[in-house]
Amino acid sequence: MEELKEQTIHMPRISEPAPAFEAVTTHGKLKLEDFKGSWLILFSHPADFTPVCTTEFIAFSEIYPELQKRGVELLGLSVDSVSSHIAWARNVEEKTKVKIPFPIIADLNKEVSLAYGMIHPGQSKTETVRCVFIIDPNQVIRTILYYPLTTGRNMDEILRIIDALQTTDKHGVATPANWRPGDKVVVPPPNTQEMAEERLKQGYECTDWYLCKKKL
Amino acid sequence: MACVSPDGKPTESGTKMLRALKAGLGTPEEIAKEAGLPVFRVRSGLRELAEAGLAKQKDDRYELSEEGAKLIK
Repeated sequence: MEELKEQTIHMPRISEPAPAFEAVTTHGKLKLEDFKGSWLILFSHPADFTPVCTTEFIAFSEIYPELQKRGVELLGLSVDSVSSHIAWARNVEEKTKVKIPFPIIADLNKEVSLAYGMIHPGQSKTETVRCVFIIDPNQVIRTILYYPLTTGRNMDEILRIIDALQTTDKHGVATPANWRPGDKVVVPPPNTQEMAEERLKQGYECTDWYLCKKKL
Repeated sequence: MACVSPDGKPTESGTKMLRALKAGLGTPEEIAKEAGLPVFRVRSGLRELAEAGLAKQKDDRYELSEEGAKLIK
């Protein structure tokens, strides 16, 4: 019971530095700091050679070129051995012709899983749930997604989040619900009455003083 | 290890990095561009090459060791 409590205590939060790690992967021993300067999607899956995870790995591999265009690296993780990861990646390639181009952490001692709060004992005491950590080039956590074991992730949403975060960083704006690149963005709300009055004269598309959008 | 085989010889990617070092490139970013590898792979690979005695680190740059130079002719 104590051990389970221990496993659920650490939950990283958005805007906090991503927990450092050094881990054995299918591409050799990697440290978090090796990814400094790039965006990084660190994601966990429950286990190798399982059906939903296989569909996800194919899907992650398919969006990899789009992620690369955006300066994003991918790093998978599960509580399996490197040999298991290698065998699974080779099997996926043999059966589906999709090559897994990114490294996968073999987190047998659960060091990374526990540091990132990836084990949710209500789902499984031994496997990681489907987590996605989007980490920026300064190694700060910018987005966290958790999915249950039974639900495969949506790659369009992951790409959309990357586009939204990069747009926010570049232009100092926010993005509205269901935003897609090319759509209007939200101008940050004014902080004073004077700014609120000025805002309405600035030519933005305003529903009211607190909700103004503009084209980039 | 990704860049050095268990027999101590550099792998294909390790050899690319050693060649880039021989050409005078020293930072992971320069070597990644030359070798066509992701920067994270090069950072980790250079660490391995240094641990295997095939490269030496000086501040934020790497260079070939005598042992590494013997392998890249």
